[in-house]
Amino acid sequence: MNKLKKITSYRLFLPLVCLAFVLLLNVIKTPSFFQISVNNGVLYGYVIDVINRASELVILAVGMTLVVAASGGTDISVGAVSALSGAVCCCVLSGGEQSTNEYHAPYILGVLVAVLVGLVCGAWNGFLVAKMRIQPMVATLILFTAGRGIAQLITDGQMIYVRVEHFKQLGAFIKGIPLPTPVFVAVIVVILTTLLLKKTALGLYIETVGINAKAARLVGLNSVMIQFLTYAFCGLCSGIAGLIITSRVYSIDANNAGLNMELDAILAVALGGNSLGGGKFSLLGSVIGAYTIQALTTTLYAMSVPADQIPVYKAIVVVIIVSLQSPELMRMWKNFKNRIGAGKKVA
Amino acid sequence: MKDKLKKIEGNQFLLMITILLFVVMYVIGLVVFKDKNFGRLQVFLNLFISNAGLIVIAVSMTMVLLTGGIDISVGSVVAMTCMLLAWMMENKGMGAIPSLIIVLLIGVVFGLVQGFLISYLKIQPFIVTLAGMFFARGMTSVISTEMISIKNEMFLAWAQAKIYLPFGGYVNKKGVMVYPYVYPSVIMALAVLIIVFIVLKYTKFGRSVYAVGGNEQSALLMGLNVKRTKLKVYIIDGFLAAFGGFLFCLNTCSGFVEQAKGFEMEAIAGAVIGGTLLTGGVGNVVGSLFGVLIKGTIETFINFQGTLSSWWTKITIAALLAFFIILQSVLASVKEKRK
Amino acid sequence: MDNGVVLTMRHIDKNFPGVVALSNVDFTLRAGEVHALMGENGAGKSTLIKVLTGVEEFESGEIRIEGREGAIINRSPQEAQANGISTVYQEVNLCPNLSVAENLFIGREPKKAGLIDWKTMNKKSKEILDNLDIHIDVTRTLDNYSIAIQQMIAIARAVDMSAKVLILDEPTSSLDDGEVEKLFVLMRKLKDQGVGIIFVTHFLEQVYEICDRITVLRNGTLVGEYEVENLPRVQLVAKMMGKDFDDLAAIKKEGVSTVKKDQVVIDAKGLSHTGTIKPFDIEIHRGEVIGLTGLLGSGRSELARAIYGADKADKGELKVNGKKLLVGAPIDAMMAGMGYLPENRKEEGIIADLSVRENIIIALQAKRGMFKLLSRKEQEEFTDKYIDMLQIKTADRETPIKQLSGGNQQKVILGRWLLTNPDFLILDEPTRGIDIGTKTEIQKLVLKFAAEGMAVMFISSEIEEMIRTCSRMAVLRDGMKVGELEENELNQVNIMQAIAGGDKG
Repeated sequence: MNKLKKITSYRLFLPLVCLAFVLLLNVIKTPSFFQISVNNGVLYGYVIDVINRASELVILAVGMTLVVAASGGTDISVGAVSALSGAVCCCVLSGGEQSTNEYHAPYILGVLVAVLVGLVCGAWNGFLVAKMRIQPMVATLILFTAGRGIAQLITDGQMIYVRVEHFKQLGAFIKGIPLPTPVFVAVIVVILTTLLLKKTALGLYIETVGINAKAARLVGLNSVMIQFLTYAFCGLCSGIAGLIITSRVYSIDANNAGLNMELDAILAVALGGNSLGGGKFSLLGSVIGAYTIQALTTTLYAMSVPADQIPVYKAIVVVIIVSLQSPELMRMWKNFKNRIGAGKKVA
Repeated sequence: MKDKLKKIEGNQFLLMITILLFVVMYVIGLVVFKDKNFGRLQVFLNLFISNAGLIVIAVSMTMVLLTGGIDISVGSVVAMTCMLLAWMMENKGMGAIPSLIIVLLIGVVFGLVQGFLISYLKIQPFIVTLAGMFFARGMTSVISTEMISIKNEMFLAWAQAKIYLPFGGYVNKKGVMVYPYVYPSVIMALAVLIIVFIVLKYTKFGRSVYAVGGNEQSALLMGLNVKRTKLKVYIIDGFLAAFGGFLFCLNTCSGFVEQAKGFEMEAIAGAVIGGTLLTGGVGNVVGSLFGVLIKGTIETFINFQGTLSSWWTKITIAALLAFFIILQSVLASVKEKRK
Repeated sequence: MDNGVVLTMRHIDKNFPGVVALSNVDFTLRAGEVHALMGENGAGKSTLIKVLTGVEEFESGEIRIEGREGAIINRSPQEAQANGISTVYQEVNLCPNLSVAENLFIGREPKKAGLIDWKTMNKKSKEILDNLDIHIDVTRTLDNYSIAIQQMIAIARAVDMSAKVLILDEPTSSLDDGEVEKLFVLMRKLKDQGVGIIFVTHFLEQVYEICDRITVLRNGTLVGEYEVENLPRVQLVAKMMGKDFDDLAAIKKEGVSTVKKDQVVIDAKGLSHTGTIKPFDIEIHRGEVIGLTGLLGSGRSELARAIYGADKADKGELKVNGKKLLVGAPIDAMMAGMGYLPENRKEEGIIADLSVRENIIIALQAKRGMFKLLSRKEQEEFTDKYIDMLQIKTADRETPIKQLSGGNQQKVILGRWLLTNPDFLILDEPTRGIDIGTKTEIQKLVLKFAAEGMAVMFISSEIEEMIRTCSRMAVLRDGMKVGELEENELNQVNIMQAIAGGDKG
């Protein structure tokens, strides 16, 4: 009994159970789920697909985790910022043409500009939240809508294609490597962020500010700066995710790139066992959460649920998770149990 | 005079800026688009005609913001309502009235669920309504992924009944006097505006909404039922979202998945530009009307100009929203310092 | 009830888990009197108020109020209000965004044809306020008015809802002298109308200006009820602090002080924070334990906060070790060698979800900066060192601090600051809510640090503790530093007289 309690109170228990549940569902529905085949020197299979497709989400979830931890709010502009970054990148590389077969600017410039755009958007959000003290979700609502609008302006409302093999590598395969490139990008982002959090005091600072901002100030932390940094970092992550999204389809569609990603990212954080109220966090939990969501999405696709309907299921999952996190529900449940208990005693 | 100026409080100050902004914009329109008949009354009335649904949504958003909450599910609820109406009337052959009643009921239930999660389980309104947003949008596509056009006669009759104004007409090229007109949707939207205005100003419930947004703890100590007030607000909000969807549908006469995207943003922008504080407790539905009209004017500009992309509307609105949010924050900190 | 008694509380008992909050307390309030309820921290006055207003339940005893048959029990503030008991708190519990009239009438608005009748409401409001000599525009929103006016409006609301008993819970804490005077005018007016007023305050001046009777509580028990004119100030302070004045032996501090008068660590000139502490000068030397004494709310915490930058000083000059220092945020003070253990441990001290280790190293880490992370090994060594040195009782260094007892949490925070090796350490009520054993330990530690050359600022409500540990004391009263007592003057009589001020009784 005690052992069981110890296991269930383990931080990553919930995310792992969810992941296991989704995988189990798959094994029953599609026995071939875990099959991996080699084709043209690269690996194929459902599992590979999940890991591949989850990459952008993992990157966004990393940024979102820090934002949630430090400010107790969420950044809902991540999808739009991804689209904007992708649009800017494509525009730089295509030299403003609608379709191009060669780079009009060095690839690295496109990448840098995209990341910079993400960073600037994040900094704007951070400025509004940390310095102007505007509720995080309202502050990020501005870019949530304007982001795609600006992207449309840059692309002149058109899709922009960059038909260069080299450009596709980030979203597909690099020659001679059997795993899709996004997987590596995601892993690198996770590792670098983990190093940043563990090898500097940033992780500790973020948790401290998220748990008790007053006490944080008295022990000498600059909570405004720390919150600002998390938003800027989240923007940076959105920029990187935007690059992958664009590279996958070697084009940018400002309307649909990164659509609905904000909900997935928030869901990943919550599924990872992190409280949306801020404070202590587990990056690994969010990463597992992100893979779980992609597994769920892939599963729903496999069960031939149309893409448009998937948000319905995800919305339900979000509501269930946040309800379970709600201390009010706990209290109601306790009261209810007490009443039942009292009833029994009387009887 | 000076006394009177002094009496204009910070909150009214925001509203004044908004009304002034609207007037200035309209005057600019009159000057710039003089040769395109911008000055006709019909152009002004069209602001109402094309934004009837949004007016209702903005009014209900104002009420939610007053409690210190937010609802970003409204755009999706509008889409779901339109789709449901179209689907029930066209694919199921139901009458316009029963269809309308059903969508309104669904709106109420939607609001009830969201309201329960927010007021009784104390989950952040943003998270709840974000989930609601995706749920409703997803449900829209569950009903149909194809666009459905409405051909129901009664519905079209509601949509197209022109109500002429007895004045403000002009003589057209054929020498016929043309009077300006509005559709019933405008009348209904304005009716909602007036009713909500009265409820907020003249009923105990309405004042509780303000009290809860002003200081929840105090409201509780003064004997108001905070939870129930919030729940009621979200139920009304759900109902009005569906009703706004109906008015929106009267305008478009169709249902499709991508409909009313970004509506929540426009409604929030309308309310905020109209002087509603995001922190709750301060605001007025009349201000929100002006907020919506400003958005409509921007759209009219872009239409009249002809070459600008429609994305400019969203960007301008977002910029205005950012400006007003920052203004609010600055005003609040000035007030804080003065104390 | 006779003799104009409106409220009696008899034999009230109230326990919190592990603590007796009220034990056999009596309280009597007469119509048309202002009755001060006095006591230091933990005396039980706020618990008594909470019991009376239905915020807390009580175990035994009875409450009677004029006009009601038998004993009453209030289960909520609303019920108390229905029984004619209203409370006005220090933080005004009204809605700042509503008009004055609405704040008076919300929940019971006058109606016409089912709709709120604003005209009548405004007219009635004006009458109510005029009647109390408050002449303001009732249609403007509340946040246009000062806290003092807001408080009067709250009082007007309470009285208009037919209060026989009006409780004013530290209403004057954030008011200036002129505002306090206005409030007193209003209180006298209500008194004349026959309202019984319970006045909770820390300001002795005010008690002697406005009150008729004083009830003193200490440690959850009744010390006594006194007529104001029969209880001199010093006597009152002695009763609050638990000393019988006549028996006061002049306990002198033992031991030799290690003060190095020539080495000034802190030199503040004219430092102030508007609304909480008036400009003060203070000079603190190496090896010195300087005590700040005064009643709760006298500005003793606020003085310390202004030096540390917890509340940024808006005037004055601060020199640390001879160098001028501008404190924009606490980190500046920390870099100059200060440490601060705040009074409110739960809200400003502990970082609840973090481990003991993280709570100990956080301040040192903040000082080192983000990029110089203490290695895990260093962190553990430091933690173990302080767990050992301060004898912190914790299952593990990784236990979340919130699972520790109050005393051990306090030691963790003490450890946090010792680790930064400060020249000047502020300890604000370090021993509050802590068992006797731990208390003595902390006192000994303070003396040890001073002996090692640290300057310590020590704030406590307990006089013996202060005498035992301090080598000098600064006395505060009503938000002002009013004097200093040198080591040879430190005895209870002197301290109490200094705290009480005014007449020497």
